[in-house]
Order: sequence, then C-alpha cells, then structure tokens
Amino acid sequence: MLKSLFANRLSRSAYLWLGVVALVFLPWVVGAGGGNYWVRVLDFALLYIVLALGLNVVVGFAGLLDLGYIAFYALGAYSFALLASPHLPTQFASVAASFPEGMHFSPWMVAVFSIILAALFGLILGLPTLQLRGDYLAIVTLGFGEIIRIFMNNLDRPLNLTNGPKGISGIDPIQLFGVSFTKSLDLGFVQIPALYLVFYLFLLLAIAVAIVCLHLQDSRIGRAWIAIREDEIAAKAMGINTRNMKLLAFAIGASFAGMAGVLFSAFQGFVSPESFTLWESIVVLAMVVLGGIGHIPGVILGAVLLAVFPEVLRGIAQPVQQFLFGHVIIDVEIIRQLIYGLALILIMLYRPGGIWQKRGGGR
Amino acid sequence: MSTSLLLDVTDVSKCFGGVQALDSVGLQVAEGSIVGLIGPNGAGKTTFFNVITGLYAADSGIFLFDGKPYFPESVSEVTKSGLARTFQNIRLFGEMTVLENVMVGCHCRTKAGLLGAIFRFPSTKREEQAIRDKAHKLLAYVGLSNFALMEARNLSYGHQRRLEIARALATEPKLLALDEPAAGMNATEKLELRELLLRIRADGKTILLIEHDVSLVMGICDSLTVLDYGKVIAAGKPADVRVHPEVIRAYLGQGPA
Repeated sequence: MLKSLFANRLSRSAYLWLGVVALVFLPWVVGAGGGNYWVRVLDFALLYIVLALGLNVVVGFAGLLDLGYIAFYALGAYSFALLASPHLPTQFASVAASFPEGMHFSPWMVAVFSIILAALFGLILGLPTLQLRGDYLAIVTLGFGEIIRIFMNNLDRPLNLTNGPKGISGIDPIQLFGVSFTKSLDLGFVQIPALYLVFYLFLLLAIAVAIVCLHLQDSRIGRAWIAIREDEIAAKAMGINTRNMKLLAFAIGASFAGMAGVLFSAFQGFVSPESFTLWESIVVLAMVVLGGIGHIPGVILGAVLLAVFPEVLRGIAQPVQQFLFGHVIIDVEIIRQLIYGLALILIMLYRPGGIWQKRGGGR
Repeated sequence: MSTSLLLDVTDVSKCFGGVQALDSVGLQVAEGSIVGLIGPNGAGKTTFFNVITGLYAADSGIFLFDGKPYFPESVSEVTKSGLARTFQNIRLFGEMTVLENVMVGCHCRTKAGLLGAIFRFPSTKREEQAIRDKAHKLLAYVGLSNFALMEARNLSYGHQRRLEIARALATEPKLLALDEPAAGMNATEKLELRELLLRIRADGKTILLIEHDVSLVMGICDSLTVLDYGKVIAAGKPADVRVHPEVIRAYLGQGPA
C-alpha cells in the first residue's frame, strides 16, 4: 500500500518533469517544423489561457455569465498603449513637455496599474448587476463590453485620446531585467529567438495564473463561489456574504484580463478596437465552456484548442480547396465560424460539462 | 436548565399582495428546548421561517435573539448571529462533494481572505485543516462519513436531509431551525432522525422544528405552536395542544355543533 503510494508519487513527479522539459523544447520543435508563425500562434495561445482562466473564475466558479469579458483585456491593452507609445506626446504638447524623453512606462508598472484598473471596472460592472443572473446578466455584461469598445473607437474626437479605429501603434516592447523581447538573447552556447523568449515569459505567467486559480478553487473563497453558483439562497444561509463574493469574482477575473491586455499590446506593438469585439468575448467564453467549465485543466485545453485550431484550419482549408476545386470557394473565416458553432452544439449535446470535465465525485 | 428565551418574536406580520400570510404571529423558544411549529398546509409556517431568517422582509414584528433585538434583513447576517436553518425543498450544493458542503458551512466562522487563499500562508493551511477536520467530525456526527467524497446530488433523500443538518451545524448555531426534516423519510429514517435531534439537543443546541409527522413532533417537542391561516391558534405543551379545540377544528374541520 505504502509502496504503491510512493511509486505513484514518483511517477507523478516524473510526469511533471517530462511536461516541463516538453514545454521548454516546444517552441524549438514548433519553430523548426513550422517557422516563427507557429511560435507566434503558441504565444497567443498562452495569452488566451490566461484570459480563459480569468473568465473561468467568473463563469465557471461563481456562475455569473459574462459576455463582455474582453472589455477588461481592452482596458489593459489600451492602458499600456497610451502610457508607452508616442501617441499621447504627439497629440498633447503638455504631455510631451512633461515627458521630454517620450512616454515609456515599464510594462510591469502598467501591469500592476491595469490589474487595479480592471478590478475596479469589474466592481463597476458587478455592483449594478448583483441581483441579475443568467440571461439578464449576460445582456448587461454584453452591453458593457460593447460600451468599452465603442468608447475606444470614438475617443479620437474632440480630444484624440485613443486614435479611434486607426488604433495606436509604436508601443514599447516588453523588457525584463534589461532583456528586450524583440531581439534574440545570446546565452553564449545558444541563441534564443525573441518569439521563444516571449513564449517562456507567457508560459511562466500562464502557469502562475493557473496555480492562483487552483489555490483559489480549493479555498474558503473558492468554495463560497461554487456554493453561490450551485444555490445562492443556500449560500446565504451558510453565512456567505454573496454580494462581496460576487464582486470579488468579477474583480479577480477582470484583473487577469487587464494584465493579459498589457502583455498583448506590448507583444503586438499595436492595438485597435477591432481586437476587442463581442466575437472575442464569445471565443474566450467558448474556450471555457468547450474545455470544461469550472475545471482548470479543461479550460486550459479549451483555450489551446480554440487558439490553435483556426490557424490549423487556415493552413488546411485553402490548399485543400485549391487542390480539389482549383480555387477557394468558401472563405476560411466562414468555415471557422461554422465549425465553432457545430463544435459548440455537439459539445452541449454530448458532453455538456466540456471536453475535459471534472470527474464526478471526489477529487 | 435555564429557562431563558433564546428566540422571542412577537407580532410578526407579513402580507403577499392581498394575502395576510402572517398575522401578529408570536413564538418563544426556550434555550435548550425543542419547539415545534405545526399547522395545516399553507398555514404560514415556512413563511414564518423565511421571515425570521431574513429571507423575506417582515412588514412588522419585534425580534429578540439571545436577549438582543435584531431585525432579520440579511440571511447571511442572521446565520452569523447564530440562527441556522435547513430548507423544506432541499437546497444542497449538488455538484460539490458531501464533505465540501459541510466545509462551506464553516465559511462564516473562518476568515481566510483572498491573499491567504492565493499564497496559502501557514495560518491559512492550519485553518483549512481545521475546517476539514470539523467537517469530517460533523459528517460522523450525522452518520454520513462513508459518503464524504460523493457528490451531494447523488445522496439518497434521507441522507440529503441529514447533510443539510450537518451543514447547518457547521455554522455553529445556537438555534437550529429545521423545515420539515422528516419529509419523505421512511419509518427507520424517521427514528434515526429523532435520535439525531435528541442528540443535538443533548449537546446544548436549541431546535425549532416545522414538521407534519405528528408522532415525531409529539414525541420530542417540549412545546408546540400551532399556526392556521397565518395566526397562532394554540401554543403550549404537546399534550395540551393535542386536545385544544381550535387545533382539532383546524386539522379535522368544524364538527357538528
């Protein structure tokens, strides 16, 4: 009994190390096989993992359907875009005067700022919607997400704050301990390309966020969230202050998105309202639902699948159509949406808990 | 045993539209006793429960709990002050395990915050262990130890009722308010429930009970209050209430004069 337990532990840590080694080599393998394009896809997949895990706190744990989640991502992205690009100094002489070297706030400082800002907006969204559940909450959050995007789209007049639909470019890249993530890093024996560096950074972030989520889930607060999801009145009868707990869920979920937004805009070097449409909110929600709502490994799987899938499709659909018909009949974008819809319907029919759902019964 | 009143409510009224669900209802619960609240269907028993636990706002009423006046506005505050309840239509956290259900009950007596949850300080770990131990103890107390890791929704009906009691006990109540705990139970389960309730009282808790099962109520209650059409029609010792003419009329209808 004891021996088998020990053996089990050993194999578990062995699996863990195997996983770590695999992840370290992943960008090299993918880069060698498919080039930088695919490493970039991986980088974005990691950002989506952070987003999906954050939304999972709100939707999966606390059971609050949020269709405007991408707004918090937008807040983070635009915060960094405004604080670390030439946009504001060129528009406003007074700003240029106070920052003669140009505006170059560190992404880490802005990340902290964005976490707080997004959490505050989470509260702003949460407070008036405390009494709402299900569809009603979904409608209000959807409206909230659209309001933020429309603001970004139209705040180029009378004062040009966001540069409207043209977006903001020339955003500073990520830097950490003097290492820039736009150049490859020379370690003497090996050169690590910039995209691989970004992969490692986002990987660390995603792992940290996953650990935070796992810790939250198995805590007094996580249990309170799940209790609210299961039965709000019974949760109140357990002495849970459901108002504060719901607000906390909104704030935590929002802060993850705010942080991811900063990294997104630093990584892209460009932001525009187009990146924060309702469709994006739906994609992140689909990641959570498809993967396994409320189940962290499932949510991660869902995020990876839905982030990589459209790119795979892009790689397949066009050549196949070219080969079969000699020209492209159906646009890849349309095929993607069709398959999304079909996948969601099939999952809801046959595996309503998601692809990788929590096993029934004990953990 | 002291005869001080743990719960003393008077003159509670509650209207739903034109229906007077509760009309100047008063109820006293002596510390350490089991008090039964009975009455025909629709008499207002559950409404009364919902009012004293803060689920419905009362139109009027004077509420004293443990010698202190309180006004039941928030369910969670009422639970924190030491009045826990179960529900007539069982309200468990279905997708959580039996153990986790009871652990949720420990929520209002513990205090780990967000940072504690994320960083798992030594104090948080100790608290978490204490919660786990307490939940296991309570499961043993109500006889559900073997089901600790099962999802609550998969429990049998009788066991679900017991789990609701364990979960309510986890909030460390002074007064345990049970809404029809024996509903849907078979004879054996009722006997076991009766033993459980007597054990809970022996351990120093006070119980307020809504129940239809006459033998259970007559057997364990120290006093009874009878409601009919939102009014108290009788109150006193079970033996006296049983022969009270108003009670007989309410249950059996008006006999020939």
